[in-house]
Parts: sequence; C-alpha cells; structure tokens
Amino acid sequence: MEFVNLTIDNKSVKVEKGTSILKAARSVGIDIPTLCYMSLGDMNIENKPGGCRICVVEVEGRRNLAPACCTDAHTDMVIKTNTMRVLNARRTVLELILSDHPADCLICAKSGNCELQTMAHKLGVREIHYKGEMSTYKEDFSPSIIRDMDKCIMCRRCEMMCNEVQTVGALWGVNRGFQAVVSPAFEMDLEKSTCTYCGQCVAVCPTGALTEVDHTNQVIRALADPSKTVVVQTAPAVRAALGEEFGLKPGTLVTGKLAAALRRLGFNFVFDTDFAADLTIMEEGTELLDRLGRHLNGDKEVKLPILTSCCPGWVNFFEKQFPEMKEIPSTARSPQQMFGAIAKTYFAEKIKVNRKDMVVVSVMPCLAKKYECQREEFATDGNPDVDFSISTRELAALIKGANIDFNLLPDEDFDNPLGESTGAAVIFGTTGGVIEAAVRTAYEIQTKKKLEKVDFEELRGLEGVREATIDFNGLPIRIGIAHGLGNARKLLEDIKAGKSYFHAIEIMACPGGCIGGGGQPLHHGDSSILKARQMAIYQEDRNKPIRKSHENPFIVKLYEEFLKHPMSEKAHHLLHTHYFNKKNEFIIE
Amino acid sequence: MSSVKIKLNPKEVEKLKEVCVSFNNEAGELINVLHKAQSLFGYLPAEVQEIVAQELKIPVAKVYGVVTFYSFFTMIPKGQHPISVCTGTACYVRGAEKVLDEFKRRLKIEVGETSPDGKFSLSCLRCVGACGLAPVVLVGEKVYGRVSPDGVAEILAEYE
Repeated sequence: MEFVNLTIDNKSVKVEKGTSILKAARSVGIDIPTLCYMSLGDMNIENKPGGCRICVVEVEGRRNLAPACCTDAHTDMVIKTNTMRVLNARRTVLELILSDHPADCLICAKSGNCELQTMAHKLGVREIHYKGEMSTYKEDFSPSIIRDMDKCIMCRRCEMMCNEVQTVGALWGVNRGFQAVVSPAFEMDLEKSTCTYCGQCVAVCPTGALTEVDHTNQVIRALADPSKTVVVQTAPAVRAALGEEFGLKPGTLVTGKLAAALRRLGFNFVFDTDFAADLTIMEEGTELLDRLGRHLNGDKEVKLPILTSCCPGWVNFFEKQFPEMKEIPSTARSPQQMFGAIAKTYFAEKIKVNRKDMVVVSVMPCLAKKYECQREEFATDGNPDVDFSISTRELAALIKGANIDFNLLPDEDFDNPLGESTGAAVIFGTTGGVIEAAVRTAYEIQTKKKLEKVDFEELRGLEGVREATIDFNGLPIRIGIAHGLGNARKLLEDIKAGKSYFHAIEIMACPGGCIGGGGQPLHHGDSSILKARQMAIYQEDRNKPIRKSHENPFIVKLYEEFLKHPMSEKAHHLLHTHYFNKKNEFIIE
Repeated sequence: MSSVKIKLNPKEVEKLKEVCVSFNNEAGELINVLHKAQSLFGYLPAEVQEIVAQELKIPVAKVYGVVTFYSFFTMIPKGQHPISVCTGTACYVRGAEKVLDEFKRRLKIEVGETSPDGKFSLSCLRCVGACGLAPVVLVGEKVYGRVSPDGVAEILAEYE
C-alpha cells in the first residue's frame, strides 16, 4: 500500500494514495464543510460531483482553490482550509446558491433537517448580496414523492442514488445553465417514469426539493371522526429508528414507547405489521416449499428461484423493468397489505365493524408503501385494505404535534389479536431477515424436525449481494440475498440469462433493507446509523420468546378460525396478488 | 397513454438500430450515436431517444439529459429551409442581431423553433469562415453575405 504525506492546517497527515483531501482532513479532525458531497462508506456509495464548491481549500502553489471532495491528496501538499480567501469563496458560493433558493424555511417540510439551512447557519450568512432571477419549475406530485425543483441545489445526490445505486434511471440532470434541472426523461412526471418510489432520493436530498407526500392530516382527521374505528399497524424497522427523532441514540429500540404513543394518539387498536410478517412467512414459505417440491419431483414448469415480494419498491422495479419475469416472485402480498386484508375481514367481523367504518393506517419506513396501498387490486368496492401509509418521520411529527413527550412514555404492549408476533417477523426489517424468517419455518415444515439454532449468521450482514447454502436435512437450499435495486438487477440478469442457481432470493429495494428505507429518519450519509438499527432488529429478535412464525399462537388461531390452511382459497383471495407489465406505460406522448 | 405523435416506421427503426450497432451499442458512444441519428432524421424525437436508450442499455432520462445539454441536438424538426444566422464576433459587430430579430419578427418564431407550416426554422451559428461578408446568413446550403434587416424580406421571398 502506498502512502502520501501532506500538511493540512499545519497538521501532518499520512493517508493512502488516492485519498481525497476531504477524507485526509477528516481523518485528523479537520471538518471541511460539504454540501453536495455524500458518502455511505460501508456500502461503497459516494457522491462527489464537485459541483457545489463549498468544500474548496487553498493548496500552496496552486493558482485556484481546489474542491477537497474530488481532489486527491498528494505528497508534500500544503493545504489551508480556513484562510480568508477560502472563507470568502465559500461564503460567496453559498450566497449564490441561496440567491436562487426560495427563502420559505419557516414553512418548508425540511426545515430543521435541511443541510442547506445548516450550512447557512454554520457559515454565519446573514445577508445575501446577490439578487437576480430565480429559477422556477413545475411541481410534481406522485403518490409517494413530491418534487419541488425550485429548492433543488443540483447536488446530484438523487441522481447518483437513482442511477448508480438503484439503477432505476428515473432521474437525470437535463437542460443546461439556468434551466438545468434534475428530472425524469422528457420532463415527464415522476409517476409516468421508471420511478419505483423507493424514496432513496428523498432520503439523501439535502433540501426540501424531494419530500414525501404527507398523509398526517388525513390520519388526524380519521382519528377525530367518532364514526371511524381506526386501526394502526407498524412495521418492524420503525421501532429501531423512531427514537432518533426524539434524540435517542441510533439503534435504541422503542417498541414499547411506540405502542404507548400510538395509543395516546387515539388509535382504537394498536397492532403490529409483524403479525402480518408472520403470516407472510406462512404463505410465502408454503409457496417456496410447494415450488421446491414440484421442482424436485421433476416438474419442468415450476419457476425457481422464488423471489420475495414484501418490498413494494422492488415490485415496482420488476413490473417496470423486468415484466417478463413477473411470474417468478412469490404471489404473497406484502405484510402491509396482508394486514389490511385481515383487519378489514377477519378482525372487522370479530368486532362487528363494517369495513367502510374502519380506517387502517400503517406506519412504514418506506415511501413506496404509500403507492402500494393505493393500488387498485388492494381494494374491495373502492375501499382500500390500507387507507393511509405514513412514514416513520410522519409518525414522529404526529407524536410531536400531539404534545406527547415520547421519552417519558411507559413501555406498553400491542393489542391482540393482530399485535402478537415472533422474532422471525421482527427481522423483516433488515436485509437478510425475510429469508431467514422463511428458512426458520420452511426448515421445520420440510424436515419435520425441530430447528435447534434459529440464528442463521450466514444470511446476515450488509454486503450488497450475499449467498448461502442451508442444509435442509441433506437437501442443500441455495439462497441469494440482494439489497439495493442495483444489486437486485445483477441477480435478475443472472436469472434472465439462465445462470442463476438459487432456490430462493430475497430482495429489498433500499440499501440495508427497511432499516434504510426512504421513510426513515434521515441518516445524512452516516452508515453507522444503519448498522446500529440492524443490531437493534436482531436484538429484538433475540428478546422474543417465540422466534418462528408458525409458532405464533394468534397465527395458528387465524388459520383455525378463518383461513383454514396456507394457500387455501380464502388465503389466496386475501393474501396473494398478481403482477402487471408496466413497462409500456411510460412511453412518451 | 395518449396518442403517439410521431411513429417511426420499421425501416427507420432498423436504420437507427444499425447506427447503434455501428458503435457496438456502447453506452460511451451515446453522443456519436445521437449525432448520427440526428443526421438521419434531422432531429431527435422522443421515440428515437427511447430506442437509443434501449439499444445502449442506458436510462432514457440520461439520453434526454445529453440531448438537452448540447445545443447542437434538437427535438424539433428542422424546417424545409433551415435558416442559420451567424452570430460570430465579426457578424455580430456588423449587426447580425438586428438581422436575426427581423427573421424572428417576420417568421414569428424564436431561435430553435420551426414555423407552423414547417417551411422555415431558425438557428444561430458561430462563424462560417466568411467574415469578409459579415453579417452572414445561411438558408440551407446557400450563403447570403452583407445581409441587412431590410434584405430579410427579399431572402424569404425567394423561398415562398
């Protein structure tokens, strides 16, 4: 390994050759400010277009200032990061950016969480010396994401996430100069583009240019309506991240406080999507074993590998980009939708409430869930199984708005019958979790033996693509895992080319899985936060008395009383779905 | 989906695909492919961009990004008689802008646009190497020198 020695602000620094000035400076505690730059170190995700010029530094002997994020450190460089010249340039750059940015911070959805605002504060900008024309652009509302390009600072982080990480290709910088904007092809609306609503663009946007569609008002209205029975479900990844919105350390589990907060908000029944995750395993696991069994019996028609179908971003991805493979994913609906279907049938009957008088709200780490619950196939007579899906961030806003001191709440339990869950359901929140949960159940059903060790370390981690072979009592089951749609694409291309040797593949659209979802508290590029959330999820799993989905007593009861058995006619009707070819829908007019 | 305005015929699609193949369908050759495609069709309608994206296996948003970045590329079909007004330094100081304004006024179109009847399109270019004749106007391949705003009507009349 080759190293270079240089001086930054009179400090000697030794770094590996090829390291940027920015990283070299940060390694010795010199925090050069950045705006467009973003790095998710452990996942090899880095955005450094060198576009904003906030990170400029003075390099001795160099005529102009150098952008620290995309200039390599060289031996004997003498760098100053805080000279008068640098400070002036930095401030000028920021003032120019601000001169074309709406100053509506007071009412901006991103206020308090905006990196541009933070930078203006950090650099102490009190006046903008440049007045001129402001660029304006149409607002774009999709079911999940709002684009307000007037607030875009052209950092291109969204473009990098959408293309390099997710390979979705919905967003790209178009036009030039003052007219330049990040946009779908032909400046069509997001809804018509290849967008999957994974929300990773929203998760990395430094300003209010990309935000989620806010459903909190609809939820408040439903809660205030005495004629409605309002039922809430909350996804596994929410409990591992919500605490961050209330100043708690990343990775703090807040399951009990979460249930308590939802109850205080006035939800009539506080349930858990984890219950539906257990149900998903029953259906998806059975489907896996069914396909596997037929395959082993020489059935050439059967499609393997089976792909998980819990993630709506991923479903949108293959419907829009790989529609020829729409028969391969499991037909099992996502836990959100399974929950809605059971709540508005089984549970509604139990409490004798008409489905039209029941409002099901989901709290999700996800923006694609907003679109998913609006899909026509998930409604009966126009009444959706899930009425509103709100993000972890929106729930935090609801709690704050209701004057609830989250940190003082006692730990409470979820209600029954749709609130009981197992450790297998909890791990749905992280990459590798769905398939591990499926293996725990499928193993016992297939081998009719008790699983001694339920932890499958070989399925865990944060590598983009992972594979493992699990021994089903002599039968090797080959499993693939991908998170991030770019990684998913690799596995899909292999399947398409007939090169895939997996029996089952788990795919989650967001890097890290749901813990890194587009609706989670913003991590501002700190990947240690994702790790902490993942640890929390596995901790919750370990804490659960029951850790296998098929042992959830309320799931057993649900089948006994209502569904009969997995993949029964009723289960098929309520818990399974089919997919569409959406490839041609967005050809230009 | 609403109606498609332009529909390439299969032969044209085939030709376009051949252009892509001549550059080995390489994503890095996007600009060259677009260059050829524009000389083939005169402009780059959305469909052409879709096909190029498909063949080069890149997002159509990227293709559109490149098309809209370079002023050479256009999504508007050129007129039957494309008019180019040189706005290079020599022509500019000799009053090219006034000539350009007169074309705009008479044709009721802006630079980069095509008249509704499809007859004329208007663009600017930088120096045709005939600075001695400044200001210079090109209609199709024909060069007009020492054009004054008063001469614009006469030039247009030649093509009516």
